[in-house]
Amino acid sequence: MARAIKNPYFEADLFRRRGFLALLGVMALLGLLLFGYFSLQVLHYNQYLDQANSNRVKLKPTMPARGLIYDRNGMLLADNVSAYRLELTPERIDDIEATVKQLSALIEITADDMRRFERARISSRRFLPVTLKLRLSESEVARFAVNQFRFPGVEVVPYLTRRYVYDDMFAHVIGYVARLDEADLKAMGDERYAVLSHTGKTGIERAYEERLRGTIGYEEVETNARGRSLGVLKRHISEAGTDLRLAIDVNLQKATREAFGEMTGSAVAVDPQTGQILAMVSLPSFNANLFINGISTKDYVALSTDPSQPLFNRNVRGGTPPGSTIKPFVALAGLESGMRKPEDTVYSSGEFFIPGQRRGYRDSHRGGHGTVNLYSSISESVNTYYYKLAMDMGIEKFDAYMRRYGFGQPTGIDLIGEISGILPNPEWKQKRFKQPWYTGETVIAGIGQGYWVVTPLQLAQGVASLANGGRRIPLRLVRDTRTGLNQPWKPLPLPEASSIGATVDQLKAIQTGMEATMNTRRGTGWAIAQGAPYRIAGKTGTVQKISRKGNVSLDPKSLPLHLRHQALFIGYAPAEAPKIAVVVVVEHGGYGASSAGPIARKMMDAYLLPKSEKPAQVLGEVAATGGADD
Amino acid sequence: MIEAILGLQRFMLRLLSRVDAPLMLALSAIMAVSLLVQFSAGDDSMRAVFAQGARFLLGAVALLLLANTSPSNLRTWTPWVYFGTLSLMPLVFLFGSGRSANLWLDLGVFYLQPGELLKLSVPMMLAWYLNRQTLPPTWKTLFVSAAIVGIPVLLIVKQPDFGTGMLVLASGGFALFLAGLQWRRILIFVGTAAAAIPVGYQFLMPYQKDRINVFLNPESAPQGAGWNIIQSKIAIGSGGMTGKGWGQSTQASLDFLPEHTTDFAFSVFSEEWGWLGVLAVMLIYLFIISRSMWMAMNAKDSYSRLLAGTLALTFFIYIFVNGGMVAGLLPVVGVPMPLISYGGTSAVSLLAGFGLIMSAYSHRKYLAN
Repeated sequence: MARAIKNPYFEADLFRRRGFLALLGVMALLGLLLFGYFSLQVLHYNQYLDQANSNRVKLKPTMPARGLIYDRNGMLLADNVSAYRLELTPERIDDIEATVKQLSALIEITADDMRRFERARISSRRFLPVTLKLRLSESEVARFAVNQFRFPGVEVVPYLTRRYVYDDMFAHVIGYVARLDEADLKAMGDERYAVLSHTGKTGIERAYEERLRGTIGYEEVETNARGRSLGVLKRHISEAGTDLRLAIDVNLQKATREAFGEMTGSAVAVDPQTGQILAMVSLPSFNANLFINGISTKDYVALSTDPSQPLFNRNVRGGTPPGSTIKPFVALAGLESGMRKPEDTVYSSGEFFIPGQRRGYRDSHRGGHGTVNLYSSISESVNTYYYKLAMDMGIEKFDAYMRRYGFGQPTGIDLIGEISGILPNPEWKQKRFKQPWYTGETVIAGIGQGYWVVTPLQLAQGVASLANGGRRIPLRLVRDTRTGLNQPWKPLPLPEASSIGATVDQLKAIQTGMEATMNTRRGTGWAIAQGAPYRIAGKTGTVQKISRKGNVSLDPKSLPLHLRHQALFIGYAPAEAPKIAVVVVVEHGGYGASSAGPIARKMMDAYLLPKSEKPAQVLGEVAATGGADD
Repeated sequence: MIEAILGLQRFMLRLLSRVDAPLMLALSAIMAVSLLVQFSAGDDSMRAVFAQGARFLLGAVALLLLANTSPSNLRTWTPWVYFGTLSLMPLVFLFGSGRSANLWLDLGVFYLQPGELLKLSVPMMLAWYLNRQTLPPTWKTLFVSAAIVGIPVLLIVKQPDFGTGMLVLASGGFALFLAGLQWRRILIFVGTAAAAIPVGYQFLMPYQKDRINVFLNPESAPQGAGWNIIQSKIAIGSGGMTGKGWGQSTQASLDFLPEHTTDFAFSVFSEEWGWLGVLAVMLIYLFIISRSMWMAMNAKDSYSRLLAGTLALTFFIYIFVNGGMVAGLLPVVGVPMPLISYGGTSAVSLLAGFGLIMSAYSHRKYLAN
């Protein structure tokens, strides 16, 4: 092949042209590259800076101390105590199963503990410690300390845990905290709360959870790509939760508990002027401390299958027909509506008939009470007066007044889950049973029987308004709050009270009737008030859920709650300047209101009398001789 | 005695006179940047700086020697160099070592990466061959050129070292372009290459396919293959206009950025010095390339011109591929940022390349073709 002649000048020129072109291309591409960097570094700078910072800085929450809870006199009811928990760091342990096995020789590790541990371990990173057991006993801590060298990666760590000083006394008031679960965390809406590990589940602990919880602090920790922390950049101190001071009086609460003895039921004492709850008891109760660090399956089954339902808060969620304790309210409705005057009389023959009907509605005395007016209808608890009044009034009007007095709606107490009770009326019955309303049902509604359901709290609010001149006051457990040990207590703002509409004279008539109940020989509460150095106003009541025949000797605690007889008492004292209003509901199978009244008396004594003057001796006898009822 | 010292001095000056001062200054500036980056990015800073410095020293010696070697001698030796380096390749397959690919030969004292040597010897061989042909190249010339480039490229890609293979292939392309390959033929080649991309994709290793997929959508594997790109973009982007300051890189010091002394060293530089730093380095690079190209244009024969021009443009490809890769503008290919990334053979072979360029320029007067 013939070789073309090489032309060096041409080749040099060709190279030069190509070289310039190439350089142009280089410049263009470098310009493009620079623009790419400009876009990253200048146009999207903020976005990438944020990403770099969130890469680098992790927030590590720090736990606030939960707010303390006191009674009205400053007695500590719920506090935080240091406890020890056992933590394992998976990364530092070769064989976790073997380690746990060896540990269980020193420390009791239950199946529940293991289950929680396994679950936590799966969702946690390997270098973060996982709790195996909370609340080690002192001897467990000691045993572990001696053997610690054998367990690299296992540590005993101090932490603060809740303690309820009075075990079961306030289980239905304060409630309890328990371990935070997924659902709680979701409701809180912030993953950082997971550090709290505990949250209020019931009672005050739940209702005031957000205040008690405090503010979680956090540390901005610099972390590397593997999430290991390298140092703290900034600290935001956690703020302890708000302390709460309850209106509850520990002494009164204790006295109420003792007054119940072995009986079950509930009691509420309020200051009728302010609506502050002085005592609130639901029996049987349970030890709130059991729940804090995970209740054992055995304990939980025992509590939840007990027919007396110790976990059930009778004051807030428990309802009963009011029985005769509704009579003062019905009488007041009679006055307010203008259908009755105090001195109007009704003849009680022992049985009341709706015109044109053959079925009789009985009085508590076989032969009747004779001619009675408003005062004696209350003091002697004359059914006929109220049968007739309710029938004359009609259910619609009756209902409207009862609603104004607070029945059929929550009282608005600072707890969660309060029920409304049932204020029976034709619409309600149609909806519930798809049946028409009968006049007979209006008649028995007049004595607080039938479909009626009231809560002890509604009765307490009701009796407080009778005592305080007709103001329907919101009930409150928490009196004031403070944000630190050195801070002053600040009262919580109270919701507005509303008027129930009655005049002073109308209320005076009702009060007179209730005083007569306690202070006249024929009054149903005569025995209860004996020997009291202050004047009591009150009203007794009994509700029979099933026939007493044949059941007299039955142990009431074996009956389901909704079938137990209820003995009720509402009252306040001192009558002329009321300081305490009381509601007592006793579940029992065999006795009359004699069981509820004496409890109320002991509560009033405990609250009103100086400690030395308590005539506890007299009361015992009264209770034994009592029995006049309804 | 004095005579001896003076003689040595004269000898040294003569050696140095072959070194192009402006180009050397620019290269030194880049090497200084490299030492700054290695100091702040390395986990064992001083060790990295000394090791990189030692390589630069070694590279500078190579540069000095090659700059003083006459192109006519170089040209004579070229076929020997080419076949010598090519014969090292099979040894890699037999005795090679490396983390993900067998790229290195353990020579006892240091590791040698034969692929790096081919980056020099292939352009040399191509320049040698094209110098003997009339330009622009004929089809036959093209065919022989393809063999000169293609055999080493196949061996390198087989190692597998895709990045180096592509660089060598690119250097072949540049040589032919500078040799005046007709535009029509360029179009044919570019068109054929574009059409071959889907076919070629089938022959890629799985990890190479992953890299391309991840490049197209890094968020598809934020913890896996996409991690490097995402973290590198965060590093660069968070540097902003003026940077976080020397030694203030959080992405590298906290280990978010992988390979932060080698392939991703430029990310660390961008994070610490910002866009202005990037601009400055790019301008220095541009100066290096332009100066090299100008020197190539003034060389006296096609061999020197083609060799110098090809090396200059290949140097640019390093910058473009690495700079584009760490910023997420191009797929991840194992190409270092020239002279800045930590790496021995690369630094030495790059500086040696500039020695060749300087030789082509400084010997222009004595060469009559």
